[in-house]
Formats: sequence, structure tokens, C-alpha cells
Amino acid sequence: MEICGGQTHAIMQYGLHELLPAEIELIHGPGCPVCVTSLELVDKAVAIASMENVIFTSYGDMLRVPGSNQDLFFVKASGGDVRVVYSSLEALRIAERNPDKEVVFFGIGFETTAPANAISVIKAQERGIKNYSMLVSHVLVPPAIHAILGSPSNRVQGFLAAGHVCAIMGYEEYEPIAHKYQVPMAVTGFEPLDLALGIMETVKMLENDEVRVVNAYSRAVTRQGNLVAQKIIQKAFEICDRQWRGIGIIPSSGWKLKPEFLEFDAERRFDVRDIQTRESEICISGLILQGLKKPTDCPAFGKTCTPQNPLGATMVSSEGACSAYYRYARD
Amino acid sequence: MCLGIPGKIIQIYDQEKTRMGKVDFNGVELEVCLEATPEAELGDYVIVHAGFAISTLSESEAQETLSILEELDRIQREEIQEE
Repeated sequence: MEICGGQTHAIMQYGLHELLPAEIELIHGPGCPVCVTSLELVDKAVAIASMENVIFTSYGDMLRVPGSNQDLFFVKASGGDVRVVYSSLEALRIAERNPDKEVVFFGIGFETTAPANAISVIKAQERGIKNYSMLVSHVLVPPAIHAILGSPSNRVQGFLAAGHVCAIMGYEEYEPIAHKYQVPMAVTGFEPLDLALGIMETVKMLENDEVRVVNAYSRAVTRQGNLVAQKIIQKAFEICDRQWRGIGIIPSSGWKLKPEFLEFDAERRFDVRDIQTRESEICISGLILQGLKKPTDCPAFGKTCTPQNPLGATMVSSEGACSAYYRYARD
Repeated sequence: MCLGIPGKIIQIYDQEKTRMGKVDFNGVELEVCLEATPEAELGDYVIVHAGFAISTLSESEAQETLSILEELDRIQREEIQEE
């Protein structure tokens, strides 16, 4: 299994899955932060973005993720001030330049994005910027791996760990996981050669009955990771339970803002309590994210569910398995 | 979103006590926060994700990635020409 959606897309785009012998099957994991952001948070984002006097900022992918009724793009098309930003600091700048508005940033992501999101809140506090807040939905990789490998229906025998998550966090924390479930892992990058190398290293370990974590992306990753980035994360965030869309609550699988930064928590700043969520009955994103089904197993794939008319987040996100299959593997 | 392409730091500056850099991604210049890569200097390559540098690469390591990307680009263009 490769956990990262960016890796899923690269595998499909370069046809790596077709080049591999039939004995090696690649299944795709839930490493798509856009896909696993809970429906409740998407609905809260839509509710906040629809409010007067709010400038709602987000990474581009989140705009077309289906909420219970609408998506953020619909709010924008209906006149809401919804802006795509490529960094949280850009959102903070918007807050500085619009002191009479409330600027909210949709802070989603895995560990890779956490320091980037955290820095905006740290700087907002330093600079005394009062009109900035963040809607936080951070998720962590190791608890997801535990949930997948610990499941009775698990088929995964080897893991490609997400290269850029490990660039930040290192890969020390994966070693006990590999040993607990007896599943070898290779920290893998995103280019086709990186992916081929990660797969080869994992297969080598399986054939030699070895259970270890190997670094197949050493140009970007060290065992301890980026300690400065980890400090930035630890300054602003602490562990919490998280709802993963399509999967459910995984305990201690997320980050939320620490008490000293709670004034910047958008869920506190805005009254968005009465959210009634309603998921599509047809969408099987949850099963796809856990690697139990493939996009082509879904009756709606490519028919009622397309990137233009998505039923679920996995068809929208540039890291979603369904969008990868739609772009590269439709016959 | 996990994707990070190596870019070259062409300028380093301080913006309200935050270490920032102008990074060149093969012609596209973006403003990047360098707070997590304090060792990165002018001319170094960094992997950038969401406007934030997460890792420094040596020039030869970065060149490896960049030349793979260039070669893939060339192959794709040739395929289009053949069609």
C-alpha cells in the first residue's frame, strides 16, 4: 500500500501499476487530506464562508469537495468571498490588509502541511492580528496505518511510507509499527524512479523475510526528520481524536490548536454548532480510502460520479484515488 | 498536496521577523517561508510544500530530480509530436 495520494497519482500517471508483475498489487491508502477531511468540517467551512464580513481562504482542492448540501465553490459563485491561497501566510496577509473583515483559513493536511499551517497562527499571535482564525483539520499518518493494518480485513503486506510526511517527522515512529504488524516499510518519494525504488526495496525485504523501515528517499528524509519543523508544530498543535471522512473516528489521530492559540480557532470564533451532515448514499470513498475497494469497483465511477460532478472527495482531490483512476486508467 | 518540487533559493529576506525566500521553480518564482530550513542559503535547493520549505537538497540531488522531470517532459513532447 502507498499511503500518500500524491504517490497514487504518480503511480497511475506513469502507469507503474501496469509495469509491475502480476504478483505485486498496489493498493491505495487514505493519504489524501482533502478526501479525509470530515463532512462536518466541510459543512462548517461552507457555513462560515457564507457569513457576512468573512473572507474564507483555502487551498484550491477543498473548493469542490461535496458538503452535505453545497461546496465552497458554490458559496463563491453565490457571492461569498472565498479565495484560493497557496500558503497560510498568504491568508494572514489578507487578514492584515482587510482589518475590517474576518479572515478564516481552512487548515487541512497531514503532517507535511502542519508546520506551514502552524506558522500562520504563531505569527498572528506575535503580530497581534486579531481578525485571523483557522479551521483546523489535521490528520496523522501512524494512527491511520494502525487502523488499516489492525483491521481483520487487512491484506497489506508492505508499505510505502509518504516521503514528505517523513521529511518533516522522520521515520523513527514507523519502526515499532512495522514490527508490531510484521510489515516492512520503505520511505518513498514521488517521482517514478523513487516509487520504483520504494517498491523494489519493499519486495526485497518481503523476499528476505525482513521487517524493517528502509529509507528509499534519503535525499529529502532523515531518520529524525526536520526538528525545527517539528518544534513549530509542537508550539501550536496538540493531539486530538479526529473524524476521518468515510472511515470514522480514529483516536489520537489528529492535531488541534493548543489552549494558548484557541483564540485563533475558527470553530470557537464562529457559531457553527447545528450542523446536520448527510453523506451521499452511493459514494464508497470510505472503502476506497482504506484500500478495500478500487474506484473501478464503484457503480457510479465515471458515470454519475465524475470530476465535474463528484459524489465524494476522492473524485475531487488531486490526490484522490478516484480522480487518479479517472484521469489515467479509464478504458 | 504532498507534492513538492525542488526550487532554487534566489533571494532571502526578513518579513516581519519571519525568514522568507524567493524560490525559483524552473522559471516560476514563488515566495516561500524558510523558517524550518534555517541551514538553507542562497543558491540552495529546497523542497517546498504549501509555500513552506520542508527540506534542503544538495544541488546534485536536486539536479537528479530536475533532470528526471526534464526528461519526462521531453519524452511527453516527443510522443505528442509523433501523434
